[in-house]
Amino acid sequence: MPLHRRNLLLAGSGLALAGGRARAQGGPLRLGVLTDMSGPYRDLTGPGSFAGARQAAEEFSAATGIAVEIIVGDHQNKPDVGANIARQWFDREGVEAIIDLPNSAVALAVSGIAREKNKVVLGSGVGSTVFSGAQCSPNSVQFTYDTYMLAKGTGDALVKQGADSWFFITADYAFGHALQADTSRFVEAAGGKVLGAARYPFPATTDFSSFLLQAQSSRAKVVGLANAGADLINCIKQAREFGLTRGSTKLACLLMTVVDSIALGLPEAQGLLMTESFYWDLNDRTRAFAERVKSKRQGGVVHASCAGCYGVTLHYLKAVKDLGVERARASGLDVVNRMKAIPCDDDAFGPGRIREDGRKLTPGYLFQVKSPAESRGPFDVHKLVATTPAEEAARPLAEGGCPFVRT
Amino acid sequence: MDDIFGIPAPLLFGQLLLGLINGAFYAMMSLGLAVIFGLLNIINFTHGAQFMMGAFAAWMLLEWAGLNYWWALVLVPIIIGFTGVVLERLMISRLYKLDHLYGLLLTFGLGLIIEGVFRNQFGSSGLPYRIPAELQGAWDLGFMFLPIYRGWVVIAALVLCLATWLIIEKTRLGAYLRAATENAPLVQAFGVNVPRMVTLTYGFGVALAAIGGVLAAPIYSVNPQMGTNLIIVVFAVVVIGGMGSILGSIITGFGLGIVEGLTKVFYPEASATVIFVIMAIVLLARPAGLFGRA
Repeated sequence: MPLHRRNLLLAGSGLALAGGRARAQGGPLRLGVLTDMSGPYRDLTGPGSFAGARQAAEEFSAATGIAVEIIVGDHQNKPDVGANIARQWFDREGVEAIIDLPNSAVALAVSGIAREKNKVVLGSGVGSTVFSGAQCSPNSVQFTYDTYMLAKGTGDALVKQGADSWFFITADYAFGHALQADTSRFVEAAGGKVLGAARYPFPATTDFSSFLLQAQSSRAKVVGLANAGADLINCIKQAREFGLTRGSTKLACLLMTVVDSIALGLPEAQGLLMTESFYWDLNDRTRAFAERVKSKRQGGVVHASCAGCYGVTLHYLKAVKDLGVERARASGLDVVNRMKAIPCDDDAFGPGRIREDGRKLTPGYLFQVKSPAESRGPFDVHKLVATTPAEEAARPLAEGGCPFVRT
Repeated sequence: MDDIFGIPAPLLFGQLLLGLINGAFYAMMSLGLAVIFGLLNIINFTHGAQFMMGAFAAWMLLEWAGLNYWWALVLVPIIIGFTGVVLERLMISRLYKLDHLYGLLLTFGLGLIIEGVFRNQFGSSGLPYRIPAELQGAWDLGFMFLPIYRGWVVIAALVLCLATWLIIEKTRLGAYLRAATENAPLVQAFGVNVPRMVTLTYGFGVALAAIGGVLAAPIYSVNPQMGTNLIIVVFAVVVIGGMGSILGSIITGFGLGIVEGLTKVFYPEASATVIFVIMAIVLLARPAGLFGRA
């Protein structure tokens, strides 16, 4: 049964959507996008991720005749809700793989369940490096990005441009700390200095002017913003307001996406630097992909999560076809091993491969936000500044500490 | 450079000023709550959502009707205030005879629904809204850079607070309002239409939240969650000042803004908690709040 948008919104109750009765065998191959449909990461993932996965399923089905069904669930950024949906999907709905999983806490919970049940986690929205490090799973893949790539792409590149003294404004929780620590390492390794940091209470802060003033009085050349979403946007708006960026001070956004650039508007966002692994206007193939998926995005931009869900789903389906559907249903581990054995190639990311620890190797692109004069349309917001090659953008295998990887 | 407690003096002065600016927001927001609670006995948990609606209404006027910030400042309080009037007539007015708790639950639920509807419609990542051209730029005060817009917010908030206080404490209308809260049947016996007055008061409180939203739109991200974080702090301000005390909420708003600003210099991690620590102490020592009547 095809899934309609209306049903999709009902997923807010935390219950998984089922088209009909459970079916473990036969019927279409069923995959579930488990994402944030109603919370702070909705615009960065959510409906866009769902669109990407559906696009991959459609293209694959049209080419091979193998029927694939994509369902969606809302984890509400709560690990317990996410874990419940995952169990229900695996046990009763016959779901073979769970896709996306923004919010690392939810992703880690679901990854444990998938391993126990020998299913698959296609973590295209997972950012924490732990996912392919200390808490890696042989049944999981981390596809689109991780905080190592973000920190290296932005930290390294800026120091090389001469911006060698940093002050951080950091969200006071695990994600913010990790982002600050990772970036500090690259800044110092490249010969830069970290002058200080202000950790603000998360999520209870809306006014950042105090912290911006502290950053200003430190006389650092770069203010690193180790936060995301609305906090990041507030920081940037207020930094402009307080004249922080008038002189030579630069703002480095350690987790910013094309969606944030559009939300801020180019007059406010122009000149900002950020790292992502996908931008719709990168080359002919990305443009072709964006054009194909456009009708499913309902007016939204085709963002990295949409591309990530597309790429990882397509690659998963290729591995399933290689193995045969019956064997794929029987063992998620076999599918993931197959995914690691065959090379990736899709329009969104181009050629690449998945490493032993489950991390997809993909280049990190440093983008700068265009000025209003440079932009030719509402989604034409980024230009490419530098590229970190795929092998360098991922943390070296030996440093990850993934238990099942022999180094 | 002179240091005060190990902090460079310019930084400290800057933080004090910023504290005052944030205090202006707290004062303005808590004023609306205090007016509503003082006169209606309703703990208006929809206030955060109404603040958010104010900011969104400003954005809609700009994007859909081409009306700029100054128009928004006039029209938004009227529009959102009117939605408040409708809300009061349709739902809240049915709860006056019941315990406070029912009003709290209703307004809290309404706040969540409004937020959810906006999130479905506009997404969660926020919408751009620029500072009006007339108020762009900044003054260099020597010890810090003061954006003109922030100065404007403080002035606007002070004027609004003073005007509200004067209306309620010094005018005949205010006297009617205060009398109606003490003894509504008696005031009605004198020929005053008390239910209508109460409705308009709620609309006025909501309009104050909406103005807050318009003032906030250029400096904070305009997104559906923007009221949620602020409203909790503002409730603490109202409780510390004394539920329903108008002067109390104004003074406490500014005072707590400064305390919070200083905390951000000395121990940033605690800046969100400090207000609640003060709230706990005040509740232990003076349960009715600093300016409240026991």
